Amino acid sequence: MRLRLSVELLGFVALTAIVAELPRFVGDYRARELAIVGMYFIALLGLSILTGYSGQISLGHGAFMAIGGYTTAILTVNGFYGHPVRDLWTIPIAGVVAGIAGLLVGVPALRLSGLYLALITFGIAVSFPQLPKKFDHFLGGTTGKILNLAKPPYGLDTTTNDWIYYLTWGIALVLLLCAWLLVRGKTGRALKAIRDSEVAAASSGISLARYKTLAFGISAFYAGIAGSLYAIANAYVNPDVFPIILSVYLVVGLAVGGLDSLPGLIAGAALIYFLQNHADTVAKWLNHLPALSLDPKQPGISSVVFGAVLIVVMLLVPTGVGGLLRRVLHPLTTRLYTRS
Amino acid sequence: MPLAAFTWTEFAQQIAAGVREGAIYAGLALAIVIIYRSTRVINFAQGEMATFTTFIAWSLMNRGLSFWVAFPIVLAIAFAGGVTIERVLIRPVENAPVLTIVIITLGLALLLNGLMSIIWGGANRQFRGPFSTRTIDVGGVPISVQDIGIVVVSIALVALLALFFRFTKLGLALRAAAVNPDSSRLAGVRVGWMLALGWGIAAVLGAVAGMMIAPVVFLDPNMMQTILLYAFAAAVLGGLDSPAGAVVGGILLGVTITLLGRYVGFIGSTLKLPVALLLILILLLIRPGGLFGRVAVRRV
Repeated sequence: MRLRLSVELLGFVALTAIVAELPRFVGDYRARELAIVGMYFIALLGLSILTGYSGQISLGHGAFMAIGGYTTAILTVNGFYGHPVRDLWTIPIAGVVAGIAGLLVGVPALRLSGLYLALITFGIAVSFPQLPKKFDHFLGGTTGKILNLAKPPYGLDTTTNDWIYYLTWGIALVLLLCAWLLVRGKTGRALKAIRDSEVAAASSGISLARYKTLAFGISAFYAGIAGSLYAIANAYVNPDVFPIILSVYLVVGLAVGGLDSLPGLIAGAALIYFLQNHADTVAKWLNHLPALSLDPKQPGISSVVFGAVLIVVMLLVPTGVGGLLRRVLHPLTTRLYTRS
Repeated sequence: MPLAAFTWTEFAQQIAAGVREGAIYAGLALAIVIIYRSTRVINFAQGEMATFTTFIAWSLMNRGLSFWVAFPIVLAIAFAGGVTIERVLIRPVENAPVLTIVIITLGLALLLNGLMSIIWGGANRQFRGPFSTRTIDVGGVPISVQDIGIVVVSIALVALLALFFRFTKLGLALRAAAVNPDSSRLAGVRVGWMLALGWGIAAVLGAVAGMMIAPVVFLDPNMMQTILLYAFAAAVLGGLDSPAGAVVGGILLGVTITLLGRYVGFIGSTLKLPVALLLILILLLIRPGGLFGRVAVRRV
């Protein structure tokens, strides 16, 4: 066990070093792309706690991201009682607001299992974009709200993109650490017990209500933070910034990353970003195959590639990148010969 | 939006429109329930499958076939497609956790949606339905022939399906495979093929729903997305494992949201979907199995 702990800590330190040094080797625009990957990573961490650890399916996490994003937008543009709030300070507030929304969803979720929960959360994802349209004087309608462009604070001498990169990944690493501490402790064990058998968990004294609602709240908190950062990086929010399909993409990322593998989720987050923005590249690769000629710029290519990747991954590597990672690292984290 | 004066004629018209909407939801909800009963899977690709087959119908009609000639061809294609999807994509993960299967059907939905954009383009298309949009007078209330046709076709389909399940050997085998796969296998039912057959039937139901709704809305790759959500809601309302519940749930939902959207000014057309889901959520909290469903009690 101690061996495994040191491997995990070593991995975390290595990750921190890579994150800190990466902007030196890539251009300014790449830093921005990596920052957005970091935001998806944060959202996926939350989703992993919910789906991977407590076993509750959510197809509505895009809505929690949207809640976070809108909170940031309202606080910076309209302000709190007329005092605009600095974008930096809105990030935790956005997380808390989304977290409270998550707790509220978590309460009815207690009585719904598996597919019912998937359907209801999917419903949340689909209905959320209607709200800004209905309450347009407050939420900005379909045009949305325009935020001030993010600027490095305290006279820091970096570009905006680098600043957003460091902000996002700084938060992401802290939240990764929190998630890791959470799932390896008492709470994580309780959640896993609930996932594997609710009846058995309840009979051994785990409060289903408390832990399932808690998982929803925490995971929505993560999504809210991600959404807030996304709004700051984009400098505007409207219903199209957080489309319905975002919720589906998050589940895709989770599945590809591995449901209960925290580091594997980085791969999932990268895949979400890559397929959303560079699906035409995949189409170009595919054109090297014989008997295929796709027009990379055609709309729909990205959906086809997304869908196909999803199905192939689920059929071939159901445990995702995390599962592969675990298999590779297994010999490193266990002793070959144990004293018994 | 100021509300016009209330008249009983308009109220009756709204009810008729609600029943027509509901008939579509019922058709798709039935497809969802049939797949759910036999495989315990919710098919998130159901809407996309329906739209895809509707596009095939559009292409056939574009080649000069009349609707009623294209109709059986499309149903046959839909059936074959449904069976193939089960065999190729669902069978390998039959015993996998729910999430895996949900993700595969989501992937299928994305894939089909993209394929439709590539093959037919994203533009709206006019779909010429089999029924005229002329209105006729039913007891003093003007109702369009199209609405009546949609409801009649849907009811006929449900009746046909009920007869099939009730009176044919194959229908019995399908039900048996859904209720107790192990015992049916011992009794000589080819359970694997029964599941594939269930997917085929569901695809056919979806195709009919698609071809019925396409003349009312425009045909585009995202046509079925909101409808699918209402169909989910209808299926949950009736109870996910009850076909009769799906039909009742669909019509109930169609009428309720049409009336709410028309007569409650605050809801209007934007909040229809959230309100529908809220109602379903409240119902589920009171009756977790839906109106007609049973909550499975398991021995641990």
